[in-house]
Amino acid sequence: MKVVVCIKQVPDTKGGVKFNPDGTLDRGAMLAIMNPDDKAGLEAALRLKDQYGAEVTVLTMGLPKAEDVLREAMAMGADKAVLVTDRVLGGADTWATSTTLSGALRNMDYDLIITGRQAIDGDTAQVGPQIAEHLGIPVISYAEELKVDGNKVIVKRQYEDRYHMIEAKMPCLITALAELNDPRYMTPGGIFDAYDAEITVWGRNDLKDIDDSNLGLNGSPTKIAKASDKVRKGAGEKVVPDSPDEGVSYIMDKLLTKHII
Amino acid sequence: MDFALTKKHEMARALFKEFAETEAAPLAQEVDETEKFPSETVAKLEKYGFMGIPIPKEYGGQGCDTLTYAMCVEELSKVCATTGVIVSAHTSLCCDPILTYGTEEQKQKYLIPLAKGDKLGAFGLTEPGAGTDAQGQQTKAVLVGDEWVLNGSKCFITNGKEADIYIVIAVTGKVEKRGRVQKEISAFIVEKGTPGFTFGVKEKKMGIRGSSTYELIFTDCHIPKENLLGQKGKGFGIAMHTLDGGRIGIASQALGIAEGALEKTVAYVKERKQFGRSIAKFQNTQFQLADMATKVEAAKMLVYKAAVAKNTQKSYSVEAAQAKLFAAEVAMEVTTKCVQLHGGYGYIREYDVERMMRDAKITEIYEGTSEVQRMVISGNVLK
Repeated sequence: MKVVVCIKQVPDTKGGVKFNPDGTLDRGAMLAIMNPDDKAGLEAALRLKDQYGAEVTVLTMGLPKAEDVLREAMAMGADKAVLVTDRVLGGADTWATSTTLSGALRNMDYDLIITGRQAIDGDTAQVGPQIAEHLGIPVISYAEELKVDGNKVIVKRQYEDRYHMIEAKMPCLITALAELNDPRYMTPGGIFDAYDAEITVWGRNDLKDIDDSNLGLNGSPTKIAKASDKVRKGAGEKVVPDSPDEGVSYIMDKLLTKHII
Repeated sequence: MDFALTKKHEMARALFKEFAETEAAPLAQEVDETEKFPSETVAKLEKYGFMGIPIPKEYGGQGCDTLTYAMCVEELSKVCATTGVIVSAHTSLCCDPILTYGTEEQKQKYLIPLAKGDKLGAFGLTEPGAGTDAQGQQTKAVLVGDEWVLNGSKCFITNGKEADIYIVIAVTGKVEKRGRVQKEISAFIVEKGTPGFTFGVKEKKMGIRGSSTYELIFTDCHIPKENLLGQKGKGFGIAMHTLDGGRIGIASQALGIAEGALEKTVAYVKERKQFGRSIAKFQNTQFQLADMATKVEAAKMLVYKAAVAKNTQKSYSVEAAQAKLFAAEVAMEVTTKCVQLHGGYGYIREYDVERMMRDAKITEIYEGTSEVQRMVISGNVLK
């Protein structure tokens, strides 16, 4: 059984957010971590490795420094890693990203593809299902539980007020929720091995059956008009009323003056 | 000369930090208060390979270097010095001598389960009358047929009752050296559960209170002949060499305690307000923090240098002694100042620096007191 896990290096929310002049994220300038939903997807794959001896490959598209999350994945137990990196792929939205990743996946053997539900930087939840569409395979999103039975997967899919039990034949794609599991830690020896291991690096020319018009910033239908970091608000006005009634009438006055009520 | 960590060391540090903050930190206060050995954390340390970091993979370890191991003890000790010393005593004092002096059979039988974390290790050198004067050993081992028979006791043994495998130093006879009759000392591997091997009382300590510190008692304890570690009569050298490595572990623990206390204090002085402004705004606070940060950084350089020396040099006694001496004294000084900067709250158990100050003290004492480290260092200076 071969499992490919698509992972993304995302800005660490503990660090500051920095933007390029074109409104896209300046990923090179930010602290980065493995996207939490993707990490749960990787853990699910590693459990399939523990249980059935599955071969786990991790795949990412990003800057050369995205290599760090691939090494992290290998230090957790992934067997192989593929980095897709090329200047022409920069600034990709979900469409261009899923096109790129499916171009890479067409070169790979897989029974199961696992992606995270969504990345904490974009929060779109589109890339996983789009990859499945590009490759013409079934997709089960929002996986909360995952079982493999012969050549089928059985997935408990989370909905807002219910869950679905869905069975699909492999090959198929699953998008994982962070709730799927508690990802394991790396091991110290795993880290040392990961830095000795070779990572396969692919550029534009290694991608199969894709058109340049669907790649990078130019191939992205999403156009960002403006992006900005959250703006800190001032301390505001502090009023100490003499009585609760006075406080209430002060607030009511303010709300009326500002036409809020 | 390059002071930057490699990427793999950086990633290893990030791993240890995440583990320490997630697994060890939430229990640190309880472990101290209840004096309970943190078995759950140790089980996780074992699961993720933290108990065999510098041991080669062929012997069940992680195949990393001493620097990686030192950073592990450091990060654990930042949040819980008890957890730090469990790893240090196990790795430096039990795994390392078996790796260095053990026969292939001993490595297969004892080192592999130790490095995999299936078994916990300890080391027994200190006796009631033989601390710094390690030559004053009273515990005896006599060869009777195919077995060594041990009689005597060891005190203040870290991982005491929790361990499964013990390195025990004992007197095996007398030898004449330069015209003087001296004790012949040898090292042994003893398994828990061996008849005649029992435990005395649990020590009640000032700090590292969750660590299991016991007296080991040997009463006609028979162990197989093949459990002699290294050559007969070479036990003193084995013990001293083992302690050289152990000092890197304790220096890392001391460094971690100092860093942990400093981190807590930096956060505290930014929050604590007196006279209408945070105490971080006072020059006294700023200068104290500056001095502490500088000393901690200096300690780190010595500790890392000693750790690297263990992998690159034949002898690293002086580097280990300097690292331990300096880091331990920095830990004591920094934690004391951190308590002071916390004011009355620093004296209250609810605040971590109170525990850290108590934990720091032992680093100036065990695995060679600061005075012993000065003897080692001055001996080298004057040679």
